Amino acid sequence: MRKSLVEALGRIAGSRWVRYRPAELSTYAADGLPTHESLPGIVVLPGGRAEVAAVLRLLHLLEVPFVARGAGTGLSGGALAERESVLIALTRMNRILEVQPQRRRAIVEPGVVNAKLSEAAAVYNLHYVPDPSSQSACTIGGNVAENAGGPHCLKYGVTTNHVTALEVVLPDGREVRLGSAHGEPWGPDLVGLFTGSEGMFGVAVEITVRLEPIPRDIRTIFADFLALRAASEAVSAIIASGVVPAALEMMDQSCIRAVEASIFATGARTDAAAVLLVELDGSPEAVAADGAIVEHLLRRHGARELAMATAPAERARLWQGRKKAFGALGRIAPDLAVQDAVVPRSVLPEILDRIAAIRDRLGLQISNVFHAGDGNLHPCISFDRRDPDQARRVEAASREIMEACLAVGGSITGEHGVGSDKMSYMPRAFDPPSLELMCEVRRAFDAEERANPGKVFPLHSCREWRRGAGR
Amino acid sequence: MATGSGAVNDATFDRLQTLLGPEGVERDPRGQPRAMPESDDALALVCQTALNEGWRFRLEGRGSWIPPDGPGDLTVSTRGLHRIVAVSPEDLVVTVQAGASLEAIRAALMPHRLWLALDPPGRPDRSIGSVVATGTAGPLRHGFGPVRDHVLGCTVATGDGRLVDAGGRVVKNVAGYDLTKLHVGGFGGFGIITELHLRLRALPAADATYLAHGGRHALAGAGQDTVQAHLGLVALELLAPAFAALPEWTLAARLTGAPEGVEAEAARLERETGLSWERLTAERAAAFWSLVSRAPLGGPVAIRLGSLLDGIPDTMDLIVETLGEGLLSAGMGTGQLRWAGEAGIEPLRAIRHRAAEREIPVTLERGPWPIRRAVGHFGAYREGVGVLVSRLRTTFDPKGVIAVALEGNEG
Repeated sequence: MRKSLVEALGRIAGSRWVRYRPAELSTYAADGLPTHESLPGIVVLPGGRAEVAAVLRLLHLLEVPFVARGAGTGLSGGALAERESVLIALTRMNRILEVQPQRRRAIVEPGVVNAKLSEAAAVYNLHYVPDPSSQSACTIGGNVAENAGGPHCLKYGVTTNHVTALEVVLPDGREVRLGSAHGEPWGPDLVGLFTGSEGMFGVAVEITVRLEPIPRDIRTIFADFLALRAASEAVSAIIASGVVPAALEMMDQSCIRAVEASIFATGARTDAAAVLLVELDGSPEAVAADGAIVEHLLRRHGARELAMATAPAERARLWQGRKKAFGALGRIAPDLAVQDAVVPRSVLPEILDRIAAIRDRLGLQISNVFHAGDGNLHPCISFDRRDPDQARRVEAASREIMEACLAVGGSITGEHGVGSDKMSYMPRAFDPPSLELMCEVRRAFDAEERANPGKVFPLHSCREWRRGAGR
Repeated sequence: MATGSGAVNDATFDRLQTLLGPEGVERDPRGQPRAMPESDDALALVCQTALNEGWRFRLEGRGSWIPPDGPGDLTVSTRGLHRIVAVSPEDLVVTVQAGASLEAIRAALMPHRLWLALDPPGRPDRSIGSVVATGTAGPLRHGFGPVRDHVLGCTVATGDGRLVDAGGRVVKNVAGYDLTKLHVGGFGGFGIITELHLRLRALPAADATYLAHGGRHALAGAGQDTVQAHLGLVALELLAPAFAALPEWTLAARLTGAPEGVEAEAARLERETGLSWERLTAERAAAFWSLVSRAPLGGPVAIRLGSLLDGIPDTMDLIVETLGEGLLSAGMGTGQLRWAGEAGIEPLRAIRHRAAEREIPVTLERGPWPIRRAVGHFGAYREGVGVLVSRLRTTFDPKGVIAVALEGNEG
């Protein structure tokens, strides 16, 4: 079966684009989540939408499960495939098909790297707004699957706010066009439903996205604080003031020290308990007016030093620590578990205290670098997975952080997705009828549940939740 | 299936009284039972009962947008679900029941100096559930996005009486599938929204409205130039003469934010468009935008079209040729066009057909039942999509107890 499938996939994509030897498969054994690994049975790299459709028709006939994958930078183990699955790597489909400046739209293949699209649009003074930290590597297709965010989503929204139409190959190989170039859904909003479905509804093979004008004026403000709570209270004050920053990011002391000890050092003072990065954009006058309000609020909440920049090189320098934080944290220990959760913004001070208490009690190093304006936390746990005790404590800390966030009305993930990492939290986040309905919605797209199996929902639960079963 | 005759009506009415108490049911103007549950559990119970009894029901908010004139054994109204559940000023989130009116929400937010940046067509007593279920955004879509961008989460009663949650009350959330997207603009086809978590903004310090008048083509061109100038507007709407009972078309621009920023952008607006703009006083601006919201009620039918920005003038030509000028408006920066007026089935089918050739979807936002039944809110889907929608509808409403014509006779 496996040999004949390798041959059949080779006839579709070309034999050089089919991987099946263990050494080849190991490339695809993990994504950005260090705690989960799994070798797919076969990997195929289709070169275009027709090949994707042909692959999915074949797998449908043979009843073989599959997992679509972009660059593999995801942080929830969503792009892992088991041995019985075929992994469809979309990195060859990396063409920007059209940039339409007058319409502020671009049409891309799923394997286009996020940052490449903004580079291509920059000549028209436009850019693609969602900017995940991995934007120099992650793909638009992966962004659609995960509904990815990024620092600048505070003002401009996440991926779902920027995708207007999708060409999708369904799990049975049929092709459908969802949405319209304009963004009006053309029926129920299936583009909105598909975005963030973690590869379980099919494979997006062509993606139409909005492009936005590059703001006329941008000001970045860097502020450091001697107390973490003061910094998070400043965040709440800025949000409540009515100023909507383009980005509002925070790093705690552990993170600052990691950055300053790395080649990405920016000269920030390492005795600071936290730093905030506030970015304002718009007309020069609006930015100046908002800047005055933000500066006043930062100082009132105890900011020790403020640095401001408007020139691109200077702004990049202020951003460097934040942009390179994950890389810097990666130096501290062999492994880094980047968690993702959301809380109402008003409880940021309390939740950061809770995370500190969890850190101290479990004896872990947890650094916080996150989208404070959205209440989107990224506690980063440095550890060595070869130490079973450490791994167990990391698992316990992650669970406790998730429970703390849920207890204050938050969410278990703001932008990384559930994947294989957070399935066990789903029954805590949603009641049985709501989970049951999600499982049923999945079956409307994929009756056999072959697309990205074993993700998002605990499998046994999803079976139990089948309508009528166990009642 | 019940027939809606007098005896059946009485039996249905009595059954509903047993479920909801005497306050929870009344006769509508046609003498048919109208259920007005006051909790989401009670609404789910009505759905379960409908499923068991074989009833089919019409949906109604506060009765000011789509008339509750469809077929069915009863009307289910959300007007009993009118509470403002919670305002969280620090989080910029409000939780409301679906039957809360826009004016009640505005009144609840005002003391906190907060704002739900939605200006949908209709009266101020229109329910928020109606606005969300029909996805009807107004001119502020330019600055604050379509209706779906304002909805963080919702609770929905499905056609088989399950109460389910979608999304949440935080501004960023990717846990599970985003089912809110089906309910926003789903016209109730995927269940009845009972409660909503909505994103708020702080009331802007300055809010200025500017009007220019002239011919349609000249203003459309100026509007396109204005969009390309990347000004920080929150609305840029081209309005047919009938909106304000004026002889000419109106281009309306709105700016909000810090006073210095608003003044600077206003100066830029005058400089870069070459139009002669009139700035409205705060009172006149409020009256003007109120008129813009109410005007689409001037005709029994309202449709919206989504056009790419460079296609707006041609799309306006298409509408005027097919349906007449009527109450036509165009968001010059959003590509959302709305037409309201008198229209029969065939012209509506014609415009949908001709728009589809240009890859422009036409959504029937409002109309009497014979029009909705014939034309459908969405009409025929693209190849392969109808099967998906049909499966999804069966998922949410397996016995089809909710009478809503998504596809009409074209599905």
